Amino acid sequence: MSEVLGTRHLLGIDDLSAADMELIFRTADGFKEVLSRPIKKVPSLRDITIANLFFENSTRTRISFELAEKRLSADVVNFSSSTSSTKKGETLVDTVNNILSMKVDMVVMRHPDPGACIFLSRHVQARIVNAGDGTHEHPTQALLDAYSIREKLGRVKGVKVAIVGDILHSRVALSNVICLRKLGAEVMLCGPTTLMPRHARELGVLVSHDLNEALRWCDVANMLRIQLERQAGDGLAYFPSLREYSQLFGLDRKRLEAVGKQPVIMHPGPINRGVEITSEVADGGNSIILEQVENGVAVRMAVLFLLAGGMDRTAKG
Amino acid sequence: MQALTILESTAFDLTVQRLCHQLIEDRGHLGGTALVGLQPRGVFFARRLRRELLRITGEKQVAYGELDITFHRDDFRQRAVTAIPATTDLDFSVEDRRVVLIDDVLFTGRSIRAGLDALLAFGRPRSVELMVFVDRRFNRELPIQPDYVGRYVDSLAGQRVSVEWQESDGVDRVLLQRTTP
Repeated sequence: MSEVLGTRHLLGIDDLSAADMELIFRTADGFKEVLSRPIKKVPSLRDITIANLFFENSTRTRISFELAEKRLSADVVNFSSSTSSTKKGETLVDTVNNILSMKVDMVVMRHPDPGACIFLSRHVQARIVNAGDGTHEHPTQALLDAYSIREKLGRVKGVKVAIVGDILHSRVALSNVICLRKLGAEVMLCGPTTLMPRHARELGVLVSHDLNEALRWCDVANMLRIQLERQAGDGLAYFPSLREYSQLFGLDRKRLEAVGKQPVIMHPGPINRGVEITSEVADGGNSIILEQVENGVAVRMAVLFLLAGGMDRTAKG
Repeated sequence: MQALTILESTAFDLTVQRLCHQLIEDRGHLGGTALVGLQPRGVFFARRLRRELLRITGEKQVAYGELDITFHRDDFRQRAVTAIPATTDLDFSVEDRRVVLIDDVLFTGRSIRAGLDALLAFGRPRSVELMVFVDRRFNRELPIQPDYVGRYVDSLAGQRVSVEWQESDGVDRVLLQRTTP
Protein backbone atom coordinates (compact mmCIF):
# COMPACT_ATOMS: atom_id res chain seq x y z
CA MET A 1 0.00 0.00 0.00
CA SER A 2 1.09 3.52 -0.77
CA GLU A 3 2.28 5.57 2.19
CA VAL A 4 2.10 8.99 0.57
CA LEU A 5 -0.90 10.68 -0.98
CA GLY A 6 -0.58 11.03 -4.74
CA THR A 7 -1.79 14.62 -4.59
CA ARG A 8 -0.76 18.00 -3.19
CA HIS A 9 -4.31 19.28 -2.81
CA LEU A 10 -7.67 17.67 -2.25
CA LEU A 11 -9.75 19.41 -4.91
CA GLY A 12 -12.00 16.49 -5.74
CA ILE A 13 -12.26 12.74 -5.34
CA ASP A 14 -10.87 12.56 -8.86
CA ASP A 15 -7.45 13.47 -7.38
CA LEU A 16 -7.36 10.28 -5.30
CA SER A 17 -6.61 6.69 -6.24
CA ALA A 18 -8.18 3.75 -4.42
CA ALA A 19 -4.82 3.30 -2.61
CA ASP A 20 -4.91 6.95 -1.48
CA MET A 21 -8.38 6.41 -0.04
CA GLU A 22 -7.30 3.26 1.77
CA LEU A 23 -4.39 5.26 3.26
CA ILE A 24 -6.83 7.96 4.41
CA PHE A 25 -9.11 5.34 5.98
CA ARG A 26 -6.23 3.62 7.80
CA THR A 27 -5.04 6.96 9.13
CA ALA A 28 -8.60 7.90 10.14
CA ASP A 29 -8.79 4.67 12.16
CA GLY A 30 -5.87 6.00 14.19
CA PHE A 31 -7.58 9.35 14.71
CA LYS A 32 -10.85 7.69 15.76
CA GLU A 33 -8.90 6.10 18.58
CA VAL A 34 -7.40 9.49 19.47
CA LEU A 35 -10.93 10.95 19.64
CA SER A 36 -11.91 8.34 22.23
CA ARG A 37 -9.08 9.37 24.59
CA PRO A 38 -9.63 11.56 27.64
CA ILE A 39 -7.43 14.21 25.94
CA LYS A 40 -8.53 14.25 22.30
CA LYS A 41 -5.65 16.22 20.92
CA VAL A 42 -2.35 15.42 19.21
CA PRO A 43 0.46 17.85 18.37
CA SER A 44 1.01 16.76 14.74
CA LEU A 45 0.17 20.07 13.02
CA ARG A 46 1.28 22.50 15.70
CA ASP A 47 3.51 24.35 13.20
CA ILE A 48 0.78 24.65 10.56
CA THR A 49 -1.69 27.48 10.10
CA ILE A 50 -4.95 26.75 8.34
CA ALA A 51 -7.43 29.25 6.95
CA ASN A 52 -11.05 28.18 6.69
CA LEU A 53 -12.59 30.24 3.92
CA PHE A 54 -16.33 29.82 3.72
CA PHE A 55 -17.89 31.80 0.90
CA GLU A 56 -21.12 29.87 1.37
CA ASN A 57 -23.07 29.01 4.51
CA SER A 58 -22.18 25.84 6.31
CA THR A 59 -22.55 24.66 9.85
CA ARG A 60 -21.48 21.08 10.19
CA THR A 61 -18.73 20.93 7.57
CA ARG A 62 -17.21 24.05 9.02
CA ILE A 63 -17.39 22.88 12.61
CA SER A 64 -16.12 19.47 11.60
CA PHE A 65 -13.09 20.94 9.82
CA GLU A 66 -12.41 23.38 12.62
CA LEU A 67 -12.58 20.63 15.23
CA ALA A 68 -10.32 18.41 13.13
CA GLU A 69 -7.77 21.23 12.80
CA LYS A 70 -7.85 22.06 16.50
CA ARG A 71 -7.48 18.43 17.51
CA LEU A 72 -4.36 18.31 15.34
CA SER A 73 -3.08 21.43 17.17
CA ALA A 74 -3.04 23.59 14.04
CA ASP A 75 -3.54 27.33 14.31
CA VAL A 76 -6.87 28.25 12.73
CA VAL A 77 -8.23 31.42 11.19
CA ASN A 78 -11.86 31.57 10.16
CA PHE A 79 -13.36 33.65 7.43
CA SER A 80 -16.91 33.82 6.23
CA SER A 81 -18.05 35.86 3.28
CA SER A 82 -20.92 37.53 5.11
CA THR A 83 -18.47 39.45 7.32
CA SER A 84 -15.71 40.10 4.81
CA SER A 85 -14.39 42.36 2.08
CA THR A 86 -15.75 40.17 -0.72
CA LYS A 87 -18.92 42.11 -0.05
CA LYS A 88 -16.90 45.16 -1.10
CA GLY A 89 -16.03 43.61 -4.46
CA GLU A 90 -12.65 42.03 -3.80
CA THR A 91 -11.77 39.14 -6.13
CA LEU A 92 -11.20 35.59 -4.91
CA VAL A 93 -7.47 35.58 -5.69
CA ASP A 94 -6.96 38.92 -3.95
CA THR A 95 -8.84 37.82 -0.86
CA VAL A 96 -6.90 34.60 -0.63
CA ASN A 97 -3.51 36.14 -1.40
CA ASN A 98 -4.08 38.66 1.35
CA ILE A 99 -4.75 35.88 3.77
CA LEU A 100 -1.79 33.84 2.52
CA SER A 101 0.62 36.74 2.93
CA MET A 102 -0.07 36.28 6.63
CA LYS A 103 1.77 32.93 6.25
CA VAL A 104 -1.04 30.43 6.03
CA ASP A 105 0.00 26.89 5.03
CA MET A 106 -3.33 25.34 4.11
CA VAL A 107 -6.68 26.59 2.94
CA VAL A 108 -9.99 24.83 3.46
CA MET A 109 -12.49 26.46 1.15
CA ARG A 110 -16.17 26.30 0.41
CA HIS A 111 -17.36 28.36 -2.51
CA PRO A 112 -20.65 28.61 -4.45
CA ASP A 113 -18.88 28.39 -7.84
CA PRO A 114 -17.91 24.99 -9.27
CA GLY A 115 -14.16 24.78 -9.84
CA ALA A 116 -13.28 27.65 -7.47
CA CYS A 117 -10.78 25.43 -5.61
CA ILE A 118 -9.10 24.28 -8.82
CA PHE A 119 -8.74 27.90 -9.90
CA LEU A 120 -7.26 28.79 -6.54
CA SER A 121 -4.78 25.90 -6.54
CA ARG A 122 -3.21 27.30 -9.71
CA HIS A 123 -2.69 30.74 -8.19
CA VAL A 124 -1.56 30.22 -4.61
CA GLN A 125 1.19 28.30 -2.84
CA ALA A 126 -0.81 26.80 0.04
CA ARG A 127 -2.37 23.34 0.06
CA ILE A 128 -6.06 23.52 -0.80
CA VAL A 129 -8.81 21.32 0.58
CA ASN A 130 -12.17 21.58 -1.14
CA ALA A 131 -15.00 21.77 1.38
CA GLY A 132 -17.63 21.96 -1.36
CA ASP A 133 -17.58 24.00 -4.57
CA GLY A 134 -21.04 24.73 -5.92
CA THR A 135 -22.62 21.71 -7.55
CA HIS A 136 -19.22 20.20 -8.39
CA GLU A 137 -17.57 18.19 -5.59
CA HIS A 138 -17.48 17.71 -1.83
CA PRO A 139 -14.66 15.21 -1.47
CA THR A 140 -14.38 14.93 2.32
CA GLN A 141 -18.11 14.17 2.56
CA ALA A 142 -17.69 11.32 0.08
CA LEU A 143 -14.68 10.01 2.02
CA LEU A 144 -16.52 10.05 5.33
CA ASP A 145 -19.55 8.37 3.72
CA ALA A 146 -17.38 5.59 2.30
CA TYR A 147 -15.51 5.33 5.61
CA SER A 148 -18.83 4.98 7.47
CA ILE A 149 -19.97 2.23 5.08
CA ARG A 150 -16.62 0.47 5.54
CA GLU A 151 -17.01 0.71 9.31
CA LYS A 152 -20.62 -0.52 9.35
CA LEU A 153 -20.39 -3.32 6.77
CA GLY A 154 -16.67 -4.12 6.96
CA ARG A 155 -16.05 -3.37 3.29
CA VAL A 156 -16.97 -1.03 0.46
CA LYS A 157 -16.17 -3.25 -2.51
CA GLY A 158 -19.30 -4.94 -3.85
CA VAL A 159 -21.67 -3.00 -1.58
CA LYS A 160 -24.81 -1.70 -3.32
CA VAL A 161 -25.41 1.96 -2.53
CA ALA A 162 -28.51 3.88 -3.60
CA ILE A 163 -28.19 7.67 -3.62
CA VAL A 164 -31.67 9.18 -3.48
CA GLY A 165 -33.01 12.66 -4.08
CA ASP A 166 -31.76 15.82 -5.75
CA ILE A 167 -28.89 14.37 -7.79
CA LEU A 168 -28.76 17.34 -10.16
CA HIS A 169 -27.70 19.95 -7.61
CA SER A 170 -25.78 17.65 -5.32
CA ARG A 171 -22.01 17.83 -5.03
CA VAL A 172 -22.33 15.09 -2.42
CA ALA A 173 -23.87 12.80 -5.04
CA LEU A 174 -21.15 13.41 -7.63
CA SER A 175 -18.28 12.96 -5.18
CA ASN A 176 -19.95 9.88 -3.73
CA VAL A 177 -20.40 8.29 -7.14
CA ILE A 178 -16.74 8.80 -8.10
CA CYS A 179 -15.49 7.67 -4.69
CA LEU A 180 -17.68 4.57 -4.42
CA ARG A 181 -16.99 3.50 -8.00
CA LYS A 182 -13.23 3.76 -7.42
CA LEU A 183 -13.59 1.62 -4.29
CA GLY A 184 -15.53 -1.04 -6.19
CA ALA A 185 -19.05 -0.42 -4.88
CA GLU A 186 -22.16 -0.52 -7.09
CA VAL A 187 -24.15 2.69 -7.22
CA MET A 188 -27.74 3.47 -8.16
CA LEU A 189 -28.99 7.03 -8.47
CA CYS A 190 -32.66 7.52 -7.70
CA GLY A 191 -34.77 10.66 -8.01
CA PRO A 192 -37.37 12.45 -10.11
CA THR A 193 -36.44 12.91 -13.76
CA THR A 194 -36.24 16.67 -13.29
CA LEU A 195 -33.53 16.26 -10.64
CA MET A 196 -31.51 13.66 -12.51
CA PRO A 197 -28.60 14.83 -14.71
CA ARG A 198 -29.23 13.80 -18.32
CA HIS A 199 -25.92 11.94 -18.68
CA ALA A 200 -25.97 10.23 -15.27
CA ARG A 201 -25.55 6.74 -16.74
CA GLU A 202 -22.21 7.71 -18.23
CA LEU A 203 -20.78 7.77 -14.71
CA GLY A 204 -21.15 3.98 -14.69
CA VAL A 205 -24.14 3.86 -12.38
CA LEU A 206 -27.69 2.54 -12.47
CA VAL A 207 -30.51 5.06 -12.65
CA SER A 208 -34.00 4.62 -11.27
CA HIS A 209 -37.01 6.82 -10.77
CA ASP A 210 -38.71 4.43 -8.38
CA LEU A 211 -37.64 4.54 -4.74
CA ASN A 212 -39.11 1.10 -3.97
CA GLU A 213 -37.02 -0.44 -6.72
CA ALA A 214 -33.89 1.27 -5.37
CA LEU A 215 -34.62 0.11 -1.82
CA ARG A 216 -35.15 -3.50 -2.91
CA TRP A 217 -31.79 -3.38 -4.69
CA CYS A 218 -29.55 -1.61 -2.19
CA ASP A 219 -27.58 -2.45 0.97
CA VAL A 220 -27.16 1.23 1.83
CA ALA A 221 -29.55 4.12 1.13
CA ASN A 222 -27.97 7.57 1.18
CA MET A 223 -30.87 10.04 1.36
CA LEU A 224 -29.88 13.46 0.05
CA ARG A 225 -31.32 16.70 1.29
CA ILE A 226 -33.81 18.49 -0.90
CA GLN A 227 -32.03 21.79 -1.42
CA LEU A 228 -34.87 24.16 -0.71
CA GLU A 229 -32.64 27.21 -1.26
CA ARG A 230 -31.77 26.10 -4.79
CA GLN A 231 -35.44 25.36 -5.55
CA ALA A 232 -36.39 28.90 -4.69
CA GLY A 233 -33.22 30.59 -5.87
CA ASP A 234 -33.30 30.01 -9.61
CA GLY A 235 -37.01 30.55 -10.03
CA LEU A 236 -37.58 27.04 -11.33
CA ALA A 237 -39.77 24.38 -9.82
CA TYR A 238 -38.40 20.88 -10.17
CA PHE A 239 -41.44 19.17 -8.69
CA PRO A 240 -45.02 20.28 -8.02
CA SER A 241 -44.89 20.30 -4.22
CA LEU A 242 -42.88 19.10 -1.24
CA ARG A 243 -45.85 16.94 -0.29
CA GLU A 244 -45.76 15.17 -3.62
CA TYR A 245 -42.00 14.74 -3.44
CA SER A 246 -42.22 13.24 -0.01
CA GLN A 247 -44.97 10.85 -1.10
CA LEU A 248 -42.91 9.59 -4.04
CA PHE A 249 -39.32 9.85 -2.75
CA GLY A 250 -39.63 10.23 1.02
CA LEU A 251 -38.40 7.36 3.17
CA ASP A 252 -40.64 6.21 6.00
CA ARG A 253 -41.20 3.05 8.05
CA LYS A 254 -44.23 1.95 6.01
CA ARG A 255 -42.25 2.00 2.80
CA LEU A 256 -39.40 0.00 4.32
CA GLU A 257 -41.90 -2.55 5.66
CA ALA A 258 -43.60 -2.80 2.27
CA VAL A 259 -40.25 -3.38 0.56
CA GLY A 260 -39.30 -5.90 3.23
CA LYS A 261 -35.67 -4.79 3.54
CA GLN A 262 -33.63 -2.96 6.15
CA PRO A 263 -30.86 -1.11 4.35
CA VAL A 264 -28.32 1.00 6.23
CA ILE A 265 -29.64 4.59 6.22
CA MET A 266 -27.33 7.56 5.60
CA HIS A 267 -27.89 11.29 5.20
CA PRO A 268 -25.27 14.00 4.70
CA GLY A 269 -27.35 16.50 6.70
CA PRO A 270 -28.93 18.83 7.41
CA ILE A 271 -32.12 16.75 7.38
CA ASN A 272 -35.47 18.11 6.24
CA ARG A 273 -37.43 15.92 8.61
CA GLY A 274 -40.65 14.69 7.04
CA VAL A 275 -39.54 15.58 3.49
CA GLU A 276 -36.85 13.17 2.29
CA ILE A 277 -36.88 11.05 5.45
CA THR A 278 -39.14 10.71 8.50
CA SER A 279 -37.79 11.14 12.02
CA GLU A 280 -38.66 7.55 12.80
CA VAL A 281 -36.31 6.23 10.11
CA ALA A 282 -33.62 8.88 10.57
CA ASP A 283 -33.36 8.07 14.29
CA GLY A 284 -33.96 4.33 13.87
CA GLY A 285 -31.63 1.40 14.47
CA ASN A 286 -30.31 1.12 10.92
CA SER A 287 -29.43 4.78 10.67
CA ILE A 288 -25.73 5.70 10.84
CA ILE A 289 -26.36 9.44 10.37
CA LEU A 290 -24.72 10.41 13.65
CA GLU A 291 -21.80 8.04 13.05
CA GLN A 292 -21.24 9.89 9.77
CA VAL A 293 -20.86 13.15 11.69
CA GLU A 294 -18.49 11.55 14.19
CA ASN A 295 -16.41 9.93 11.44
CA GLY A 296 -16.28 13.25 9.61
CA VAL A 297 -13.87 14.69 12.16
CA ALA A 298 -11.55 11.65 12.03
CA VAL A 299 -11.56 11.53 8.22
CA ARG A 300 -10.85 15.26 7.94
CA MET A 301 -8.03 14.92 10.46
CA ALA A 302 -6.57 12.17 8.27
CA VAL A 303 -6.81 14.29 5.11
CA LEU A 304 -5.15 17.32 6.73
CA PHE A 305 -2.49 15.18 8.40
CA LEU A 306 -1.56 13.39 5.17
CA LEU A 307 -1.53 16.56 3.06
CA ALA A 308 0.67 18.28 5.66
CA GLY A 309 2.93 15.21 5.69
CA GLY A 310 4.02 16.00 2.16
CA MET A 311 5.01 19.57 3.02
CA ASP A 312 8.73 20.16 3.22
CA ARG A 313 9.22 22.67 6.03
CA THR A 314 12.94 23.04 5.39
CA ALA A 315 12.37 24.28 1.85
CA LYS A 316 10.08 27.01 3.10
CA GLY A 317 11.46 30.52 3.42
CA MET B 1 24.43 -5.96 4.81
CA GLN B 2 26.53 -7.76 7.39
CA ALA B 3 24.77 -8.83 10.58
CA LEU B 4 26.46 -9.68 13.84
CA THR B 5 24.53 -11.48 16.55
CA ILE B 6 25.24 -9.74 19.82
CA LEU B 7 22.75 -11.64 21.96
CA GLU B 8 21.52 -15.16 21.26
CA SER B 9 18.47 -16.86 22.72
CA THR B 10 19.79 -18.22 26.04
CA ALA B 11 21.35 -14.93 27.09
CA PHE B 12 18.32 -13.13 25.63
CA ASP B 13 15.97 -15.06 27.91
CA LEU B 14 18.21 -14.47 30.96
CA THR B 15 18.04 -10.75 30.23
CA VAL B 16 14.24 -10.78 30.12
CA GLN B 17 14.13 -12.74 33.39
CA ARG B 18 16.56 -10.32 35.05
CA LEU B 19 14.48 -7.31 34.03
CA CYS B 20 11.33 -8.95 35.41
CA HIS B 21 13.00 -9.70 38.74
CA GLN B 22 14.46 -6.22 38.90
CA LEU B 23 10.99 -4.73 38.47
CA ILE B 24 9.50 -7.00 41.13
CA GLU B 25 12.40 -6.29 43.48
CA ASP B 26 11.78 -2.55 43.15
CA ARG B 27 8.02 -2.69 43.56
CA GLY B 28 7.22 -5.75 45.62
CA HIS B 29 3.98 -6.43 43.74
CA LEU B 30 2.31 -5.38 40.50
CA GLY B 31 -0.66 -3.51 42.03
CA GLY B 32 -0.75 0.04 40.72
CA THR B 33 1.76 -0.78 37.99
CA ALA B 34 0.86 -0.36 34.33
CA LEU B 35 2.97 -1.76 31.51
CA VAL B 36 2.78 0.32 28.34
CA GLY B 37 4.56 -0.88 25.18
CA LEU B 38 5.38 1.49 22.32
CA GLN B 39 4.28 0.58 18.80
CA PRO B 40 5.49 -0.87 16.55
CA ARG B 41 8.37 -2.95 18.01
CA GLY B 42 8.21 -2.22 21.73
CA VAL B 43 4.96 -4.14 22.09
CA PHE B 44 6.65 -7.51 21.51
CA PHE B 45 8.94 -6.79 24.47
CA ALA B 46 6.00 -5.54 26.56
CA ARG B 47 3.89 -8.64 25.83
CA ARG B 48 6.78 -10.91 26.79
CA LEU B 49 7.32 -8.97 30.01
CA ARG B 50 3.66 -9.20 30.93
CA ARG B 51 3.64 -12.96 30.38
CA GLU B 52 6.80 -13.54 32.39
CA LEU B 53 5.85 -11.15 35.20
CA LEU B 54 2.51 -12.89 35.70
CA ARG B 55 4.23 -16.30 35.63
CA ILE B 56 6.87 -15.29 38.19
CA THR B 57 4.57 -13.46 40.61
CA GLY B 58 1.57 -15.77 40.19
CA GLU B 59 -0.65 -12.67 39.98
CA LYS B 60 -3.73 -12.86 37.76
CA GLN B 61 -3.37 -9.62 35.85
CA VAL B 62 -1.46 -6.43 35.40
CA ALA B 63 -2.67 -3.26 33.70
CA TYR B 64 -1.31 -3.42 30.17
CA GLY B 65 -1.55 -1.16 27.14
CA GLU B 66 -0.02 -0.51 23.75
CA LEU B 67 0.63 3.01 22.54
CA ASP B 68 1.09 4.34 19.02
CA ILE B 69 3.13 7.53 18.75
CA THR B 70 2.72 8.38 15.05
CA PHE B 71 0.70 11.55 15.67
CA HIS B 72 3.10 12.74 18.38
CA ARG B 73 6.33 12.45 16.40
CA ASP B 74 8.30 15.64 15.78
CA ASP B 75 9.77 14.42 12.49
CA PHE B 76 6.78 13.23 10.50
CA ARG B 77 7.29 15.88 7.85
CA GLN B 78 11.04 15.26 7.56
CA ARG B 79 10.59 11.60 6.67
CA ALA B 80 10.24 10.52 3.07
CA VAL B 81 7.06 8.56 3.79
CA THR B 82 4.21 9.25 6.14
CA ALA B 83 4.07 6.60 8.82
CA ILE B 84 0.87 4.58 8.88
CA PRO B 85 -0.42 4.56 12.43
CA ALA B 86 -0.47 1.29 14.36
CA THR B 87 -3.22 0.66 16.88
CA THR B 88 -3.28 2.17 20.33
CA ASP B 89 -4.93 -0.16 22.81
CA LEU B 90 -4.98 1.42 26.24
CA ASP B 91 -8.34 0.84 27.87
CA PHE B 92 -7.61 2.22 31.32
CA SER B 93 -6.73 5.65 32.70
CA VAL B 94 -3.11 5.96 33.73
CA GLU B 95 -4.22 8.39 36.46
CA ASP B 96 -2.17 7.78 39.62
CA ARG B 97 -0.52 4.60 38.28
CA ARG B 98 3.16 3.76 38.21
CA VAL B 99 3.75 3.35 34.51
CA VAL B 100 6.60 1.42 32.95
CA LEU B 101 7.10 2.65 29.40
CA ILE B 102 8.59 -0.14 27.31
CA ASP B 103 10.50 -0.03 24.03
CA ASP B 104 12.98 -2.31 22.32
CA VAL B 105 15.81 0.06 21.37
CA LEU B 106 16.64 3.44 22.88
CA PHE B 107 18.60 5.47 20.36
CA THR B 108 18.08 9.23 19.91
CA GLY B 109 15.36 9.44 22.57
CA ARG B 110 12.86 11.05 20.21
CA SER B 111 10.43 8.12 20.19
CA ILE B 112 10.39 8.12 23.99
CA ARG B 113 9.73 11.87 24.03
CA ALA B 114 6.77 11.29 21.72
CA GLY B 115 5.70 8.31 23.83
CA LEU B 116 5.67 10.39 27.02
CA ASP B 117 3.62 13.02 25.26
CA ALA B 118 1.13 10.43 23.99
CA LEU B 119 0.94 8.73 27.40
CA LEU B 120 -0.02 11.95 29.17
CA ALA B 121 -3.15 12.17 27.00
CA PHE B 122 -4.47 9.26 29.07
CA GLY B 123 -4.19 10.96 32.44
CA ARG B 124 -1.59 11.97 35.01
CA PRO B 125 0.42 8.97 36.16
CA ARG B 126 2.05 8.95 39.60
CA SER B 127 5.37 8.11 37.95
CA VAL B 128 6.76 6.97 34.62
CA GLU B 129 9.82 4.78 34.30
CA LEU B 130 11.51 3.66 31.13
CA MET B 131 12.53 0.09 30.33
CA VAL B 132 14.41 -0.72 27.12
CA PHE B 133 15.91 -3.94 25.88
CA VAL B 134 18.86 -2.25 24.17
CA ASP B 135 20.35 1.13 25.02
CA ARG B 136 22.55 2.67 22.31
CA ARG B 137 23.88 5.15 24.83
CA PHE B 138 26.18 7.32 22.71
CA ASN B 139 23.64 8.59 20.18
CA ARG B 140 21.20 10.51 22.33
CA GLU B 141 19.69 13.74 20.95
CA LEU B 142 17.48 14.46 23.98
CA PRO B 143 18.12 14.22 27.74
CA ILE B 144 16.31 10.90 28.23
CA GLN B 145 17.79 7.99 30.21
CA PRO B 146 16.33 4.54 30.89
CA ASP B 147 15.60 3.15 34.37
CA TYR B 148 15.88 -0.49 33.32
CA VAL B 149 18.25 -1.66 30.59
CA GLY B 150 18.64 -5.11 29.02
CA ARG B 151 21.95 -4.49 27.27
CA TYR B 152 24.12 -1.53 26.48
CA VAL B 153 25.29 -1.56 22.88
CA ASP B 154 27.96 0.87 21.80
CA SER B 155 27.51 1.44 18.11
CA LEU B 156 28.00 4.01 15.40
CA ALA B 157 25.14 6.17 14.22
CA GLY B 158 25.18 4.53 10.77
CA GLN B 159 24.71 1.05 12.21
CA ARG B 160 21.41 -0.55 12.99
CA VAL B 161 20.54 -2.54 16.08
CA SER B 162 17.47 -4.73 15.82
CA VAL B 163 15.79 -6.88 18.43
CA GLU B 164 14.01 -9.94 17.06
CA TRP B 165 11.32 -11.84 18.94
CA GLN B 166 10.17 -15.44 18.80
CA GLU B 167 6.57 -14.22 18.37
CA SER B 168 7.22 -12.01 15.36
CA ASP B 169 10.49 -13.14 13.81
CA GLY B 170 10.74 -16.79 14.89
CA VAL B 171 13.84 -16.34 17.04
CA ASP B 172 14.97 -14.36 20.09
CA ARG B 173 18.15 -12.41 19.33
CA VAL B 174 19.75 -9.00 18.99
CA LEU B 175 21.53 -8.13 15.75
CA LEU B 176 24.00 -5.43 14.90
CA GLN B 177 23.80 -4.52 11.23
CA ARG B 178 26.18 -2.37 9.29
CA THR B 179 24.53 -0.67 6.36
CA THR B 180 26.97 -0.70 3.43
CA PRO B 181 27.65 2.84 2.19
